[in-house]
Amino acid sequence: MSVTEERIRRPHVVGATESQPPDDHGALRRAVGRNLTAYGFLCGALICFALFSWYPMIREVVLSFQQNNFVDPGVWVGFDNFKSVIADPAFRSAWLNTAVFSGMALVIGYAVPFVLAVVLNELKHAKAYLRFVVYLPVMLPPAVAVLLFKWFYDPGNGLFNQALGVVNIPPLGWLDSTNTALISLVIVSTWMNLGTGTLIYLAALQSIPGDLYESAELDGAGLFKRVRHVTIPQTRLILLVMLLLQIVATMQVFIEPYLLTGGGPENATVTVAYLMYQYAFNFGDFGGGSALGLMLMVVLLVFSTIYLRVSREEDAR
Amino acid sequence: MTTTRRGLSLLLVAGLGLVAASCGSGDANKPAANADGPVTITVGCEPPKSNPKEREAWEADVATFHTAHPNITVQGKDAFPCINPDTFQAKLAGGTQEDLFYVYYTDVQKIIQKKQAADISQYVGSVKEVNDLRKDVMSTFKDGDKTYGLPRNNYNMGLVYNRKLFTQAGLDPANPPKTWTEVQDAAKKIAALGPGYVGFGEYSAGNTGGWHFAAELYARGGSMVSDDGKTAAFNSDEGKAVLENLKKMRWDDNSMGSKQLLQWADLMRMMGGGKLGMMIGAPDVVQSVNNDFKGKFEDYGVTAVPESDGKSSLSGGDGYMFNPKASPEKIKAGLLWLEFHELTPGKGQFDYARAKSQGRPVGLPIPDLYGTSAPGTQITALRKQYATVPVDNFTPYVDAQGNITNKLEPPKAQELYAVLDVAMSAVLTRKDADINKLLSDAESKANKILAKNT
Repeated sequence: MSVTEERIRRPHVVGATESQPPDDHGALRRAVGRNLTAYGFLCGALICFALFSWYPMIREVVLSFQQNNFVDPGVWVGFDNFKSVIADPAFRSAWLNTAVFSGMALVIGYAVPFVLAVVLNELKHAKAYLRFVVYLPVMLPPAVAVLLFKWFYDPGNGLFNQALGVVNIPPLGWLDSTNTALISLVIVSTWMNLGTGTLIYLAALQSIPGDLYESAELDGAGLFKRVRHVTIPQTRLILLVMLLLQIVATMQVFIEPYLLTGGGPENATVTVAYLMYQYAFNFGDFGGGSALGLMLMVVLLVFSTIYLRVSREEDAR
Repeated sequence: MTTTRRGLSLLLVAGLGLVAASCGSGDANKPAANADGPVTITVGCEPPKSNPKEREAWEADVATFHTAHPNITVQGKDAFPCINPDTFQAKLAGGTQEDLFYVYYTDVQKIIQKKQAADISQYVGSVKEVNDLRKDVMSTFKDGDKTYGLPRNNYNMGLVYNRKLFTQAGLDPANPPKTWTEVQDAAKKIAALGPGYVGFGEYSAGNTGGWHFAAELYARGGSMVSDDGKTAAFNSDEGKAVLENLKKMRWDDNSMGSKQLLQWADLMRMMGGGKLGMMIGAPDVVQSVNNDFKGKFEDYGVTAVPESDGKSSLSGGDGYMFNPKASPEKIKAGLLWLEFHELTPGKGQFDYARAKSQGRPVGLPIPDLYGTSAPGTQITALRKQYATVPVDNFTPYVDAQGNITNKLEPPKAQELYAVLDVAMSAVLTRKDADINKLLSDAESKANKILAKNT
């Protein structure tokens, strides 16, 4: 048994600190002194997290069990807020829309950046320029990007319908149709976030040792075989992490329905985050809004836990 | 190692303690001010610096008021727009709500029910103009015998139309539509002017669709809720007529444009852009289109909502309520300010002589706070005397007012409007929309909302 193992296995004894030799105190003091700056930075981060992340989260949990007018002390109402929002007919639509949005965003928003990254990685010329072009939408403020698409989607003179007209395809309702409204939002969301995903994938692709590709090429592998047998296995963990992050991000979709459709037509684009906003800010029911928020948080927590495990696995490699 | 962890834990606890301390409110523990001592009140809706003429007038009024009441200091809080309902709860929770905060009629009853405004019943008697205010206007700020605020602006819904487009389409702008059939005909002619022209525009998203449904329903004599406010009443012949009329204009006449899911600013922008013929709205729409959406006063007119003669019209407006934590001294000082700035003919917002000298618009038939009582007549005369906008453009609206009763918004207005957005958006985006089913579904949802104890 090594000394370290012995220390780990030694049971904690009350008052053991007092019985430690004076040299241990000195060592501790020196260790603290050495890391004082680090603790200072840690303290700043802790305060920021406490103020802007943990406190709001704790407050949300408390509010979800209260009826609160922010004037008198909140009244505890048990699970009434949860029962109330679950009974709301828009609740089911909101979760369904959010799930469908996330599903479509995964198919489109997850695959497209990866394919783009592979293509960019294979390019011999104009790499820097194309990377810039792909990343450009990320630099636009989200509200501007969304409003730009509002014009593109205009059923009358919008860019998309004009483009369809050129190839003799009849105009679509885009945001105005229950059939196309949600997919229209997915397209906006994908376009806005394409750049970040592509750059992350590109970084992962460039970390793959070149000799693997060379060996594959010597073995006669074409582009698709190289992607299948080298690229995907080598970026498996990044792909998984990005998948989980994508799910967590898309399930919180808000700005697109808020600015483009106001939840319509016929609640076709009401999402959980949008409904939460409606409850809290339009209906003045913070209890209901918080209850919805808590439900969403629990669902996202599952994905976040998986994400953390996957990240740890990646770190361990 | 254990000690280090303990140290970090202490650090965390200290951090959280700091958070808790910083989030606590010390307002409730402040001592009450002396009755004759200096009082400072914060007042919302000070005109922003981007609106220099109104800002200058406000500052002059604050100075005049301070001369008359040297112990009262008015601190204006500017914002554009005056209120963002989204931030209301946050300001209240954060302790930054003004002593006199600005509200739309839509939110007043919700605020009263949630006890988020001070009861000013025992002080409001000192404002002599209160007795002359229209009863329906004052009722907006009342719950039973208790009073919670005072109005600043009041109007009811009408039909706003573009006179210039009327002329271009061969219609007579001095003789706007009086029936929905006439609206349909006029809309078709305007839409026929060319691509991009919209005869009649309507909202259907962001709760604004439900709001306009209520306006059109009231004008037809319908109601949003039963008399006791406990059940929905819009699934009626009048409610069906509202949706059928819109459906006809949208799909049979093709006079409502192809772009739907419009929200508040969309129709304003279209009206300001000069390609929208008609929309439901009050005279304040013209003001907004002129001030913020590049329209010109002389191009627009307002008339009553078609077929509303002798019936009701959805009222709208705004006013001030008091912070529930405001001391009696602040409430008394606030009432003095409101009396001076919002309610006295010839002063504050009714200082039309100054408004004219500043080149600001005068002559819109709003606010209508007093009806035909003495201050109301005085304000109308002053408005006429200093008019700078073409008053005749609003004559059809003003003439109809005598036969129309103002009707307040329903309880849980925003929730009901959200439900009715679905019906409005369905009719405007789906040719095969089943109106009976839409109204029946909406009624069932609305009943659940109304039954919910808040």
